[in-house]
Amino acid sequence: MTRSTTKNHFELFDLPVQFCIDPDRLNQQFRKVQSEVHPDRFAAASGAERLKSMQLATLANEAYQTLKNPTSRARYLLQLQGIDTQEDSNTAMPGDFLMLQMEWREAMEEATDAHDIDALERLLTEMRKSSSQFQQDLQQQLDENRAYEQASGTVRKLSFIDKVQADIEQAISKLEDA
Amino acid sequence: MALLQIAEPGMSAAPHQHKLAVGIDLGTTNSLVATVRSGMSTVLHDEEGHALLPSVVRYLPDGSVEVGYSAQSQQSQDPHNTIVSVKRFMGRGLKDVADIAQLPYKFVDTPGMLQIQTRAGKKSPVEVSAEILKVLKQRAEKALGGELTGAVITVPAYFDDAQRQATKDAARLAGLTVLRLLNEPTAAAVAYGLDNASEGVYVIYDMGGGTFDVSILRLSKGVFEVLATNGDSALGGDDFDRRIFCWILEQAKLPPINPEDTRLLLTKSREAKEWLTDHAEARITSILKSGDLVDLTLTSAKLKELTQHLIAKTLNPTRKALRDASLAVEDVKGIVMVGGATRMPQVRHAVAEFFGQDPLTNLDPDKVVALGAAIQANVLAGNRSENDLLLLDIIPLSLGLETMGGLTERVIPRNSTLPIARAQDFTTFKDGQTAMSIHVVQGERELVSDCRSLARFELRGIPPMAAGAARIRVTFQVDADGLLSVTAREQTSGVESHITVKPSYGLSEDEIADMLQSSFNAAESDKHARALQEARVDAERLLEAITYALKQDGELLSETERKQIKANMEQLRNLMETGNSHAIHDAVEALNHATEEFAAKRMDASVRKALAGQKLNSLEL
Ligand SMILES: Nc1ncnc2c1ncn2[C@@H]1O[C@H](COP(=O)(O)OP(=O)(O)OP(=O)(O)O)[C@@H](O)[C@H]1O
Ligand SMILES: [Mg+2]
Repeated sequence: MTRSTTKNHFELFDLPVQFCIDPDRLNQQFRKVQSEVHPDRFAAASGAERLKSMQLATLANEAYQTLKNPTSRARYLLQLQGIDTQEDSNTAMPGDFLMLQMEWREAMEEATDAHDIDALERLLTEMRKSSSQFQQDLQQQLDENRAYEQASGTVRKLSFIDKVQADIEQAISKLEDA
Repeated sequence: MALLQIAEPGMSAAPHQHKLAVGIDLGTTNSLVATVRSGMSTVLHDEEGHALLPSVVRYLPDGSVEVGYSAQSQQSQDPHNTIVSVKRFMGRGLKDVADIAQLPYKFVDTPGMLQIQTRAGKKSPVEVSAEILKVLKQRAEKALGGELTGAVITVPAYFDDAQRQATKDAARLAGLTVLRLLNEPTAAAVAYGLDNASEGVYVIYDMGGGTFDVSILRLSKGVFEVLATNGDSALGGDDFDRRIFCWILEQAKLPPINPEDTRLLLTKSREAKEWLTDHAEARITSILKSGDLVDLTLTSAKLKELTQHLIAKTLNPTRKALRDASLAVEDVKGIVMVGGATRMPQVRHAVAEFFGQDPLTNLDPDKVVALGAAIQANVLAGNRSENDLLLLDIIPLSLGLETMGGLTERVIPRNSTLPIARAQDFTTFKDGQTAMSIHVVQGERELVSDCRSLARFELRGIPPMAAGAARIRVTFQVDADGLLSVTAREQTSGVESHITVKPSYGLSEDEIADMLQSSFNAAESDKHARALQEARVDAERLLEAITYALKQDGELLSETERKQIKANMEQLRNLMETGNSHAIHDAVEALNHATEEFAAKRMDASVRKALAGQKLNSLEL
């Protein structure tokens, strides 16, 4: 294997291995890398180059997606530390978050039943606020305190919020189609 | 893929020679071919000066085939044998076509894809489309004075795997080397963006004859990144025609009518619709075969009322695409209108109202897709251009697998940037289970029965184990054309079985080979000669590519590595003189293998260089 395939996602884009990321720079670096490896650059090249280009372009896309989204970026950083965030197995949430979860679910169901798209949009906005609060927590936990267990807990919360947000978006789509 | 490369070996173009490549917009209503000449993308015309080729194919009594205007003029005389809007049937089964009852064809329900019974026999939509492509290929070769290196063919962004594969099959059947399938809105963005040196988020709103697509792109320094796409592959100008047609039947109180009259009135409907784009009223007059007389006046207000719901139907996919891209209407810098149906003022108004700004209409909506495709073809063929562009496109619909209870397990989510690979692990359900069936589907719905079935295959030879002990990894790889291949691998105790499936629809490899065979003349129909020709062209290309790579980056190799590659090249050159296509093929493989490390090093070096360049820039700031 060559070095490029053993680089981690941050290294691939020549970015510091940390949660705090400059999105513009990530975008830029991603485009730089794709400009060099994308299959379109190798349409007339040898089979070996075409294969390699497909692999590297696939990898660059995967890395970009992982780093772009804060939840998956945090999950990936923890993975690099050898820590599994246990999102499927560890579903115990602290009491206050559990309350929030229930409130959101209820609000979603009510708004869906009432065909109230505006209410669903408002709920999304509210959840986005919570998300960014948790993202700030992650920055402290990961970049400053190296409190990985705590960070794992935050990732689980964010991952829950992401799922509910996806459900809400789907509910909105369904209502719009109806 | 290289099946039809018939340039003589030795005559193949040198790296710096301009390669003949075209972009083809294979439309529902009209098709076009364009190319880049002296740095400018231009549409190629036929002898009478027409840019558009109506996508109409007629099978004549004497066995010949007519395509374009002449076929179009006969459609109401000979409706069963004159196929219009065939694109709507690509990769579709009979049950997928909503308005089958209103169409004048004799459909045959064949597995995978429907066929149409004509006087020339049963025709698959792939074959009909190939007739259109053949005409465009001839037009291009005549205009450019040589054999084409390849073509970029556009497809609606919202086409699924079956529709894409069918399009690629049609191109092969027409003798075209497909450089890339390109999404129509992306092609339009290229033509538009390069023209205007635009930066920022743009929406491409494309309503043609049979399909509606909306795509959201971010343009930045020559990189076109598609963020989200959505649409309806069965909504377009044709639907407006049908609304008018139904209105005529209602107003004129006509009894059920024959296929000829149906065609006639559909044509009249379309003419009225187009007339109303610039006028307030359209008169529709016609004498039917049945003797019935039609004489009606349609106002633009009435047309608006009849088709309001169709326009509203385009706004939902637009909202969804924005949501998927996490963008709001305010983030959009411009809306590019593509497709003939966007000429209708009521469509423009609806779009302007939705986005709170007037859409851009300064490029000819009929031509913009072909022009963009030609630019991309030029890049892919290896003709260096000033403005090196890069397209990062996405997959429009999620890909998944069937799991317990007929539910879909999503493996690749929609709007993922291509190319992409994803793996998912599964296990056995019963003790001693030695086979597992894998069902690949595409779509957004939870139930497998609501999604499109792409392929079913069985993984056999799993060693008998307790339930849940086997580990089966299913990998989806989607390439830059948006086409899927699936690999399943059982990985325990060293036993491994492996299968790769490329879904194919309606036509098998053999069938395509047969069709190709029968369309060749005697000299070329010799299978062996063709195989040899192909192998030589492949080898020639590879040698050329590696020679170039060595010249550019030879210093990345050690002396031993370079010698090894040179030895393999020599071997291949020697073999090319022989008539053994298998041996040539093997030597090509060997050379490819020998250069894998070199390929990796070159790419690694270029990435490092690109990123390092970035750092310098930021230091300067
Ligand atoms: N002046 C006009 N006013 C209204 N509609 C028009 C006008 N000119 C063309 N159209 C409609 O545009 C449609 C054809 O558009 P276009 O040629 O872009 O489609 P296409 O590329 O063949 O289809 P698709 O992109 O769906 O495969 C037809 O329905 C036609 O009636
Ligand atoms: Mg079109």
